[in-house]
Formats: sequence, structure tokens, C-alpha cells
Amino acid sequence: MIEGAKWRRWVYFYVPMAFFLLFLLFPFYWMIITSFRPDGELYRPWNSVNYNPFWTTKPTLEHVRYLFEETLFSAWLWNTTFIALISTAISLVCGVFAGYALSRLNFRFAGGLGTGIFITYLVPQTLLFIPLAEIIRNYNLGDTSWSLILTYPTFLIPFCTWLMMGYFKAVPKELEECARIDGASRWQAMLYIIIPVAIPGILSAGIFAFTLSWNEFIYALVFLSSPAQKTVPVGVTSELIRGDVFFWGPLMAGALLGSVPVAVAYSFFVEHYVSGLTGSVKG
Amino acid sequence: MAQVVLKGINKFYDAVHAVKDVNLQIRDKEFVVFVGPSGCGKTTTLRMIAGLEVISSGDISIDGQIVNDLAPMDRDIAMVFQNYALYPHMSVFDNMAFGLKMRKFDKKEISRRVKEAAEILGIGTYLARKPRQLSGGQRQRVALGRAIVRHPKVFLFDEPLSNLDAKLRVQMRVELKKLHQRLGTTAVYVTHDQVEAMTLGDRVVVMKDGVVQQVGDPLELYNRPANKFVAGFIGSPAMNFASVTMADGNGRITAKNAGLEIEIPGPQAERLRAHLGQQLMLGIRPEDLHVARAGDPQGLTFNSRVEVVEKLGSEILLDVRVGEDAMVAAVDPATQAKAQDQLRLAVNPERLHFFDARTEAAL
Repeated sequence: MIEGAKWRRWVYFYVPMAFFLLFLLFPFYWMIITSFRPDGELYRPWNSVNYNPFWTTKPTLEHVRYLFEETLFSAWLWNTTFIALISTAISLVCGVFAGYALSRLNFRFAGGLGTGIFITYLVPQTLLFIPLAEIIRNYNLGDTSWSLILTYPTFLIPFCTWLMMGYFKAVPKELEECARIDGASRWQAMLYIIIPVAIPGILSAGIFAFTLSWNEFIYALVFLSSPAQKTVPVGVTSELIRGDVFFWGPLMAGALLGSVPVAVAYSFFVEHYVSGLTGSVKG
Repeated sequence: MAQVVLKGINKFYDAVHAVKDVNLQIRDKEFVVFVGPSGCGKTTTLRMIAGLEVISSGDISIDGQIVNDLAPMDRDIAMVFQNYALYPHMSVFDNMAFGLKMRKFDKKEISRRVKEAAEILGIGTYLARKPRQLSGGQRQRVALGRAIVRHPKVFLFDEPLSNLDAKLRVQMRVELKKLHQRLGTTAVYVTHDQVEAMTLGDRVVVMKDGVVQQVGDPLELYNRPANKFVAGFIGSPAMNFASVTMADGNGRITAKNAGLEIEIPGPQAERLRAHLGQQLMLGIRPEDLHVARAGDPQGLTFNSRVEVVEKLGSEILLDVRVGEDAMVAAVDPATQAKAQDQLRLAVNPERLHFFDARTEAAL
């Protein structure tokens, strides 16, 4: 805390924090306001009465209605959730096992494999989508959710493995040795001891993986074409921007509603995650 | 019958020879302590007995059976770790029951054993708590309880008291000793604290740089150390060492250096006659020095200058300078002395230790 004269606290802490919060939260505020502003105020603000850029006196649910009734937004929401959940599940399972193996088992190529996995994570999606598109086409997976569920793990698994590796390294080796002396096989030690102790790490890996796949744009754009198959990021930008016409109202509403599930996931798990981090016992 | 026999044990970590040719026979029900400075190989040896490290060469047998290739869980041992290694997500009861659950004991037996161990250790009221809700001493008892319920052939302890504060350490030492007297299970204990070694061990194994320096009961190590390292390691404050030359002074053998000249009494003098003219290491324990009194023979006293006075209550430690050497004398608490005093000290003639200057072996 900043000690000393009150002015210090204001100048060095409260004022900068206020600016920071404003900077961070303003886009959300703008999205909310725009979603409920009538078209008149959106397109010809100079014509509307009492126009105030930061508030609307005639809020309307028209854009939300449009979003749900005249676009396939609910389908997009469903697709995105489905794809994100399944690819997160696949990546977590692989990441936990790979992370455990690389951090605990001393086999000859452990170091090299770990580095190799990390390097694949560094290859940008904007490059990889080209060969992947070819593969998707060959297997006739184009324009289905499975094209994404099977390609997202290419960046989710390295990420989860890397995260879990770091986390497992922090779990004291004595815990497992004790379990082994107590009579647990390696599987039992992993199931009863290591994984429960690593739950905070698994949760954070899961949350990040979920977010990464929810927000993913390039693969979804390239591999999906029909509107019913699209995910929220792609659907909102491709269906609500036609040519040079921006349907601002539904666009903002779509963006806002599209961020809600991730926000919910974070807020639901953050308590677990933080308490897991601070509550681990040394000994 | 749970003897542990180590025959020709060696451990290599790539090119590093961490444990060199350890041979030891631990009797049934014996409490053996491995003691030594960090990196001396004591923990590695313990882990080899546990099966957590692969033995490079040699054999370990428990109860007559060679266990080199047996997994830790098949060796019928239980281990207590330095940082307790309690399972943080399980209650105290589940922590203690885990080993029995893995071995498929039935619920009633598990409950009986856990409650019995909890009773012995005084943790019966904590059975539902999680480790993070316990103090250090309580956690350590849970770790002990976890080992006890298994009724193993051998207990292995890896510096279990190191993480406790000084007062608790003293208390737990006594409790461990009582526990061993009650349970009678063979125990192998590793520590770097020589006080723990002396108070707990039936026999103590002193190690340095992977080599066993001496094996014996505590008093034997104290009274007849095999070399300079053991002499300086066992006993607190540590033994004083001074480089001396063996001289012949008026027919009596003396140990002489710039600060002192001590006449060696009869039998020991005869043994050292062969080293006349040579330089040896003289060792005197602080508790074998006292302030010279009127009746002390001249040949057993020497001058010193007091540098620091440490008052402990039960005794006074005088840090003195004798010639070029620094020494510590543990003297009577009533002694009046202050820094910069010139003090004449006397030595107990039965308690002189001599070591070869090159090999450091006791003479």
C-alpha cells in the first residue's frame, strides 16, 4: 500500500487505477450500450433527439430479437460450446498424461520431446491452416464441427502439456515415492494422489484451453462454410457484416453474448483455482 | 526377524561415486542412525534400502531375502520423509489408511489399526482434519502414524525432525525413542544432527563423502573416534584440534607447539614413542578442559587468552587463543572470566586424542 500523504495515494494509486479500469471496461460498456440503442441513434446520431454518446433514453431489445430470430446465433452458440468442450476434454486428457510422463519419467528422449512439443505450439495457425485445409478436404471433414474438434488439439495439446508439465514439476516427488512405498502402482499413484493434487493446474489448463478454442478464428473461418455450421466469432463477423453494411446493433449484441459463456466459466472456476494455488501444503 | 544387511553397496550417478562400498549388518530391533554432513551419501543409502534408488553394485537383504530387485512396496518397509509428504487432499484418517487400502485390507482392520496408531501418537482428535489444518509437529505425527499402521519389518526415517523448531525437535526425539522401545521394529534413521544420532541410535554410522568412517555405539564414537573427522563431528561444541610436535622433555613424552606443552601420561606415551619428532594432530574436547587449579600438575596446563565468553547457564564456553590455535573450553558456570583475560587452562590427561597428520587416523 502506498503510505504517506493522502495525495500520494490518490496520485500514485487511485487515479491510475481509475484510468486503467476505464480503459479496460469501456469496450464492454460500449458494447452493452450499442446493443440496446435503437437504429436511429446508431446510424444517424445527428438526427436523433437528445443524443448522448454514453447513454440511450430509448433502449430497445430489437437487436437481440434480430440476433436470435433472424440469424442462426443460437446454432452458432451451440456449435462453439460443443466444439470447445470436446476439444478441451481431448487436450486435457492428452496434456495431463503427456505432462506427467515428461516431468516424472526419466526416459532418454524426455527433454527433447518436451522441447519438440513446445516448438509445435510456436508454429502459427495462420500458416498451418493451409496444409490442414488439404487434410480436412481429403477426409471430407469440411464444413463439419469435427474439422475443428480434430484440429484444435494441434495447438491445445502442446499448451496443456506445457502447463501441466510445469505444474507436475512443482508437486513434490516425495508424495509419489510415499504412495509407491505405501503400495500404490504408478497408475494408482497417479489416480489417487497426483491428479487430485494437481486439480488446480488441470482446471487452469482447462479454462485456458476452453477460451483458446472458443475465440479461435482462422481454422473456423477456413474449414466452415455453411451458416448453420459456423461458430460465434466467425458467424457474427461474416453474417452481420454484409458487404460494407455493418449491422452494429446485432453485431454488438452477438459479441457481448458470445463472451458470456467464457466469463461464466472463469468466474465459476476462479475460486477453485485460486484456493487450490494458495492452499497447497508443503509437507 | 528383520535384519537388514548391506553388502558391498555402491552407487554411481554417472561419473560420481556417491556411495562407496558400504558394508553393514543391522540386527533385528536395532535402531541404527546414519549421520554425516550434507552430500555424504547417507540419504542415498537409505533410499537404496527403500528401493527408491537403484543399487549400482552390491546386495541389500531384509530379513534374509535379497531385495535388490524388489519394488519398494514389496519390501515391507515404511518410510517417514523430511517434509512428511502427507497427501494434502486427504484427511488424516485417509492419509494413514491409504497404504492399507492399497493393499486391500478390510475396512474394520484399517479402522482398528489407524485408531491404534492415532492413540499411540496422541492424534486421535485430528483424524478428520486435513494436513493444512495441522501444525508441523502434528503433521509429523501423522507421517509417523502412516508408517506405523503398516506394521512393517523396517522403519526408514529421512531426517524427519529437520523441519521442526528446536524445542519441538527435542520433544519428538524423546517420543521417537519411546516409540521404538514400545514397537521394537528395526529402524534406519538418517540425520545430519549428531545430537539426534547420539540420543536415538543403538549404533551410529558416521559417513563422509560416500565412505563409512566408523560404526559403533554412541559412547564408543565419542570416547574412541576412529579418525579426526569422527572426532570433530561427534560432540558439541566440537573437539579442539592443534597441530603439535612430539618431543622428549626430561624423559617424558610431550606434545608441543607454540602455545602449549603437554606431558603425555604413561601408557599413552609409550604408544606414541614411535612418533617422536613427528607432527601429529592433538584433539581435546571442550568439556575436558578446565580452569587450572592449585593441584593441577604443571605438565598438564597451558596459558591462553580469552577472546569470547558465552554464558549458557549450565556451563560457560570460553573461546580462547592458545598460541596460534583457537580453542573452546566448556567450564564451570561459576567461572569468572572476561574477554582479554589471561587464563591458565588444564587438560584431563585421560582424554587426549592423537591423530596422524596425514591419514587423520586415530593413534
